[in-house]
Amino acid sequence: MTEELDALETAANPDTLKRVVIEPVTRVEGHGKVTLLLDDEDRVRQARLHIVEFRGFEKFVQGRPYWELPVMVQRLCGICPVSHHLAASKAIDRINGVTDLPPTADKIRRLLHFGQVLQSHALHFFHLSSPDLVFGYDDAVSHRNIFGILDDHPDIARRGIMLRQFGQQVIEAIAGKRIHGNVAVPGGVNKALTAAERAALGEPMKEVLEHAKEALELARRLFLADVDHSSRFARVDTAMLSLVRNDGALELYDGGLRARSIDGGAIFDHVPVEAYGEHIREQVKPWSYMKFPYITDLGRDAGAYRVGPLARVNNCDFIDTPLAEAARVEFRAFAEPAPVQSTLAFHWARMIELLHCAEAIERLLADDDLSGGELRSDGEMTHEGVGVIEAPRGTLFHHFLVDDQGLVRRANLIVSTTSNNRAMNDSIRRVALDELDGRTLTEGLLNRIEVAIRAYDPCLSCATHALGKMPLALELVDHDGDTIATLRRDVDGGVRRSV
Amino acid sequence: MSVLIVDGREIEFEPPATIIEACNKAGVYLPHLCWRPDFSPHGSCRVCTVRANGREVAACITAAEDGMRVENTADDIVEKRKTLLSMLFVEGNHVCPACEKSGNCQLQAVAYYHGVTAPTLTYFYPPRPLDASHPDVVIDLNRCILCELCVRASRQSDGKNVFSIGGRGIDAHLVVNSETGRLGDSELDIDDRAAHICPVGAILPRRGAFQTPIGRRKYDIDPIDVAGDASEGET
Ligand code: SF4
Repeated sequence: MTEELDALETAANPDTLKRVVIEPVTRVEGHGKVTLLLDDEDRVRQARLHIVEFRGFEKFVQGRPYWELPVMVQRLCGICPVSHHLAASKAIDRINGVTDLPPTADKIRRLLHFGQVLQSHALHFFHLSSPDLVFGYDDAVSHRNIFGILDDHPDIARRGIMLRQFGQQVIEAIAGKRIHGNVAVPGGVNKALTAAERAALGEPMKEVLEHAKEALELARRLFLADVDHSSRFARVDTAMLSLVRNDGALELYDGGLRARSIDGGAIFDHVPVEAYGEHIREQVKPWSYMKFPYITDLGRDAGAYRVGPLARVNNCDFIDTPLAEAARVEFRAFAEPAPVQSTLAFHWARMIELLHCAEAIERLLADDDLSGGELRSDGEMTHEGVGVIEAPRGTLFHHFLVDDQGLVRRANLIVSTTSNNRAMNDSIRRVALDELDGRTLTEGLLNRIEVAIRAYDPCLSCATHALGKMPLALELVDHDGDTIATLRRDVDGGVRRSV
Repeated sequence: MSVLIVDGREIEFEPPATIIEACNKAGVYLPHLCWRPDFSPHGSCRVCTVRANGREVAACITAAEDGMRVENTADDIVEKRKTLLSMLFVEGNHVCPACEKSGNCQLQAVAYYHGVTAPTLTYFYPPRPLDASHPDVVIDLNRCILCELCVRASRQSDGKNVFSIGGRGIDAHLVVNSETGRLGDSELDIDDRAAHICPVGAILPRRGAFQTPIGRRKYDIDPIDVAGDASEGET
């Protein structure tokens, strides 16, 4: 990170400034808040993103039986519960002493996860982000939303809806419900798919693949339409963290940890997930409810990293499905050997992954192991389990310690959004420096900040999934601590300005 | 043979019988939680409240009489049951989304049957312990509705005396009869009926959680008036 951006974390004269109070309701409901502090010349002195966090779960799972964890912790989120369900399940596999699942269980879980990533990526790109990218940041608020896309580009909107629906159908067939179902149990799963269920899921596959290809092409085209802007906007240079398969392939469900530095070199590679604590630490800052993780070897200041599609597609050596691999090669050529750092490249990488999910689902549905009869493995109970998965938004860590009776003693969760916390803050600082025009707060400015945050697909937008109307409050505070102006966007999409 | 008139429908019964026994034999569903046909009635949950000859009574402890008029589905009776069910939910800590008994839970099933889908009363959030000291069974008193089925099963089926109810009123709670008060030090065995009879998710055999997929759980398939009482031990 640059000193220029670091300087904006805390103003030199914070004592003279009024502190912004974040109401608890706002926090629990997934609202985000950005605070900017200006000096006499209207220069930005401080810019902070305050965001939802879910640490409460770590506390209230304490004392509960460990086998409840996959069902309990998935309630963290309504958009990617499958990720929490599976990460916790992987952790409790270990607590049950199981390292190798029967092929049926492993593949059922993987299929579930591909369905989840596909639907989440589709939701994010089409429903939440495409209005900004297709219409431009300054388009009228009343038009810059999914309904505007439906009116002007019904083909694009339909594609998004269909892809999301397909991902949800995969989830429902496996977990019994689209949201908050359950299938993973200690050491395996509680059901397989019948041949008929697989055939039914496979029916729209051709259409899904076509839509996924078109989605990727759209994301690529939008990025390349103004390469200079796409590369520069909200850009921050960070290390990248993700899981990779043993052979270096893109891996969403399992594998070892890999971190690449800003120049593309390896910081660490194929680290067993159990050792995550040696490589990643979390820093607490007094002004934020969310921690700031960093790569231990790089230290607090230089150790910020990003996770999610951008990190994964940058980090892997290849993708094991042909269409996504071809897309990855073109994407990486953009910056190789260094990682692609542009924040807006998240969208492009996300659609590469969406296509990979579609290809992987097609391949898995043809696998008879999905209909096998051996659903679970058993082992000797242990007292600790770490489960790590690549959730749609990035690497997700679940770590549990249990006592002799099987009750949870300690839990540590590092959710993807937390890993991106520092980078998101720096991205909005970049936008504030580059785009803030004196004291004039415009809706366009508010939206640029939102565009930067949204590229990361953080949990605050997934928790509210408000169709491009992410609740956001932008406050302008002068050096005497007086709020000069407030712009507030509510869930209904209405924008209120008070001066 | 005697005749009972339930919501205008005549059903025959053999005295002596309670109202709920007569209805049960005739295939008329009468919501209940603490009653099971093979145990002595207890009359504690009051969910089987009906109006019999104009008087509100618990059907499980009231003798059926020849010619008795029973109102089982009258609006005001149903409303009273809904209130009773809501009270049971808020008096304990029933977190259905995370409970392994969900879909096989009788409290949840009766609540669905009567359309109680969301809390209407203020939660008590009582601090209740969880006892995981037994190698095969866990007791989570957060979910205990004090139906005493485990108490009766232990005494009447298992020939033991593992459970009792202690305290009074709102302080009533399930007690384990062991020197330490812990389940692991009691005589309970995994094969005991008491280990499996709990109609809610309070007494749970280990290693069985979430094994039944959503869609195949007892009350996923049929509502309780068709499916009947919670299966013993199924999660
Ligand atoms: S533990 Fe279960 S069976 Fe025993 S009294 Fe409580 S609810 Fe009834």
